[in-house]
Amino acid sequence: MPSKYMIHTKPVPNRFEPVSRSGIIAWEEGCLKCAVCVKKRCIYDVYDKRGIDSRHMIESIDNLCMNCYRCVQNCPKELIHKSLNPEFNAMGDSHWSPPIIVRLWKQSQTGKIPVSGAGYPGPFSGPGFDSMWTDMSEIVRPTRDGIHGREYISTAVDIGKTPEHLMFNHSDTLEGEVPSIIDIPLPILLKMPSFGTISSNTIKGWAMGARRLGTFIALPMEKIDSALEDMGGWLMPLVLPKGTSIGNIPKNAKIIEIPWTEEWQGVVEDIKGCFPNIFVSIRIPMAEGMDEKALSLARGGISIIHLEGSLMSRFMDDNTRNLKDGIRSVHMKLVEENIRDGVTLLASGGLAMAEHVAKAIICGADTVFVDFPILIALECRMCRRCTKGLSCPVEIDTASPNWVASRVVNLIGAWHNQLIEVMGAMGIRDARRLRGEVGRAMFFDDMDRAAFESMGQVEEGCELE
Amino acid sequence: MSSQNGFQFPETVRTRSRFRNPIGKFRVNRTDDCIACGKCVEICPYGVHVERRGQVFVENNYLCVGTECPEPCYKACPVQALSVRRNPVFDTLGDFRWTNELLASTWYMAEFGESPSAGLEYKVGNSGGGFDKLRLIFNGNRSRLEDIPDDDIDVSLELNRRDDNAYRIRIEVPVYGGGMSYGSVSVTTMVSRARAAAALGTLSCTGEGGYPDELKPYDDHMITQVATGLFGVKEETIQRVKIVEFKYAQGAKPGLGGHLLGDKVTPGVARMREAVVGYPLFSPFPFHSVYSVEDHKKHVDWIKAINPKALVSVKVSTPTDVDMVAVGSYYAGAHIIIHLDGSYGGTGAAPDIAKKNIAMPIEYAVPKVHRFLQEEGVRDKMTVIASGGIRTPHDVAKIIALGADGVCTGTADLVALECVRCQNCESGRGCARGIATTDTELSELMNIEWGAQRIINMYLAWRKELIRILRKLGMKSIKELVGRTECLVHLDYM
Ligand code: SF4
Ligand code: SF4
Ligand code: SF4
Ligand code: SF4
Repeated sequence: MPSKYMIHTKPVPNRFEPVSRSGIIAWEEGCLKCAVCVKKRCIYDVYDKRGIDSRHMIESIDNLCMNCYRCVQNCPKELIHKSLNPEFNAMGDSHWSPPIIVRLWKQSQTGKIPVSGAGYPGPFSGPGFDSMWTDMSEIVRPTRDGIHGREYISTAVDIGKTPEHLMFNHSDTLEGEVPSIIDIPLPILLKMPSFGTISSNTIKGWAMGARRLGTFIALPMEKIDSALEDMGGWLMPLVLPKGTSIGNIPKNAKIIEIPWTEEWQGVVEDIKGCFPNIFVSIRIPMAEGMDEKALSLARGGISIIHLEGSLMSRFMDDNTRNLKDGIRSVHMKLVEENIRDGVTLLASGGLAMAEHVAKAIICGADTVFVDFPILIALECRMCRRCTKGLSCPVEIDTASPNWVASRVVNLIGAWHNQLIEVMGAMGIRDARRLRGEVGRAMFFDDMDRAAFESMGQVEEGCELE
Repeated sequence: MSSQNGFQFPETVRTRSRFRNPIGKFRVNRTDDCIACGKCVEICPYGVHVERRGQVFVENNYLCVGTECPEPCYKACPVQALSVRRNPVFDTLGDFRWTNELLASTWYMAEFGESPSAGLEYKVGNSGGGFDKLRLIFNGNRSRLEDIPDDDIDVSLELNRRDDNAYRIRIEVPVYGGGMSYGSVSVTTMVSRARAAAALGTLSCTGEGGYPDELKPYDDHMITQVATGLFGVKEETIQRVKIVEFKYAQGAKPGLGGHLLGDKVTPGVARMREAVVGYPLFSPFPFHSVYSVEDHKKHVDWIKAINPKALVSVKVSTPTDVDMVAVGSYYAGAHIIIHLDGSYGGTGAAPDIAKKNIAMPIEYAVPKVHRFLQEEGVRDKMTVIASGGIRTPHDVAKIIALGADGVCTGTADLVALECVRCQNCESGRGCARGIATTDTELSELMNIEWGAQRIINMYLAWRKELIRILRKLGMKSIKELVGRTECLVHLDYM
């Protein structure tokens, strides 16, 4: 058994004040100057921590208040109110929603799994990965102790072609050549997001983060500068057949990517000519025709396929189709053609929460890329000002590489622990065995129909309540 | 008020909020133009305005029904001194499952013992699926039993379905209190729930944190839990009760066991659980001694040896094969109650990823289990109890129509005690409102008389609502509703 993989996290402070959902408004007019003001009785010391005289009027949106409503409900003159923060709901979009952004910030700050009291407060289900639930085992499964330390749940995965079988000779040593694989300790690769106020320091920080995690960061070749000189082993450069010269690929790179092209065979040959041992992954856009493309690559001996969805976790060419269905479709195609084990299927595109990792793997990916969360880890608000050439409200480009790396390590550390929670509940001890386990998941479409489809009859004159 | 079986229900006693300013949906504003004519005091049917010493005040803002008011004061005021607007604080409250309207209407029920008559949506939340997309359907032609008195409509539930020598236990409402441990909630909260359960002729459960002596007077109305941590489980505690519940899993954190943060392990909690102050406590998962139905049977036998007449309940969560789990526990024999805890249920602390993603919602699990037990021919030998996101009497009626016999509640009780769903039960000293805490100072924010009466009122309101629903369905007993899916429509399949 490999030694236990642990991600070491430690709190890394925010550089900017996080945006919170609601704030406190307290008026001074009419204040009775009570001997013990309700503000003094806040058990979280919200008013004291602000460092202002608690008797003064304040109108502030901040994130110290824990929403117990005691001050609001006890002020004798009803001078204290809570109100929604319009800035909060203005963040992000339907996929990168404000609660998701805030949660990513928090995990990047603390490195901890989000834990809270009371039951789940969210919607019943939603699009994409929100329309599936994962299984649990009532009795036979690794114990809770597995999650907390004694028993081992492995999250390691292989990239490349795993041999179908091994041959041994008479003296019990391995016969023939075993194809090499890349072993990463968790099924997560980083991927540079497609926008953001990103500087050379940011990229360096991400690469340092990838190194500390033992994984790779995918990024366009032209983003690799001298600051990354000794990082080649943790980069996964995207080589454009025209434009970048193969000679610029960092010497110690283990794996590179090329975009899909009909002439992929020639490109791969050129690269292998200069770098015989390098792993090559081919990116296919998640769009019409991807199943056939994946199949032709697999048949042509390509061992790593990267299925690339949109930033909103949808198909590139169809906003109504979700990443989850794209992964399932390609995975099933390869299974049907009996070639699935010959390839590693990587998937990317808007994975936004830890559960998306587990669910993407259940749908058939071997490993996933995390893109925008590594920007949100740096306090990005998904305001997209940078795409219009405007200044970044959280000055991401000025952050030091160390801070960037620690924030990313915290985030992925929290996600890793959450992946283990999901696997632990399912009774699965090896991430490689999670792949394609759709039988251990529940899909909204099937479940909802099975439970409620028959309940549609409404006769004339009936009353609904 | 008494049931068909002669049980005497307690009276509603109006029980106001513990806080000076209850939060409502609307706010009424009175300007200095008010001439204290008293018109508003006279016409407001909800008692929002009061007159004192020649002056008129807005005293009960939270009772205002705003735009739904039939004869609003702000129109009747001769000098236009009044205005009503939505309370911005109200919009900061609540979530998809427990909307601000459901919170406020539950508070209303806990104060008045009835459903709010106007202004609040008290039947469904806003989760966009499951209960919130299901509606009860009433056939216009069916006889509606209009003239039958409330007390002749039976909402009680017999828990022992087998002809054996075990206790016969009937609960007078089809609802009992789900397990909440000492440690996750205060003793005051536990005793309030137990006292309310006793008054209502139903049950309450200790959870897995031991059996505090304060619950002694309610032993006949307690279920004690044997969970994987075996905290506080003793022969004596098993013998004190009529029902023992095996907790295999909890819906909010299925497959993950329990976790009590170190901060909550106060000296009292440590004593009860035979643990060390300040150290976090883990309930392992699963039962390390149970890996098969036979192992489970051994556990049941062990309980029966200690307390031969006890009923045994098995609390499980909702995996893909929940139907097999249910039938498996039937064949382990001896026990009668299968308690399904759906994935959207409450908790004192759980990883968010587990609450949202692991296991299936109760609305799917119940029909699946009900059908399977029917096919196996054992449905009428078991009592199926559902929990995990039951918020309202309408949820109760819906889940029974989907195939449950009755339900367990947890969060609803806490909301009756003025929980605001802030989700901070697990952090630091625990609940700032004194409900889910072991901190002595915070626990004193509430007292047992108040707590018990609030819960009693809420359930009396639920009972009235269930009776009203049954009457409209033309049913004289809630047993007739079990599995009657034709009483439901789902808005997506209409
Ligand atoms: S609502 Fe509660 S946490 Fe927030 S400031 Fe008031 S007392 Fe403090
Ligand atoms: S915060 Fe806004 S401007 Fe800055 S990187 Fe993020 S999207 Fe771009
Ligand atoms: S609007 Fe109606 S309910 Fe509200 S205070 Fe005026 S009279 Fe009362
Ligand atoms: S801490 Fe908040 S959610 Fe928990 S019981 Fe108290 S009020 Fe309710």
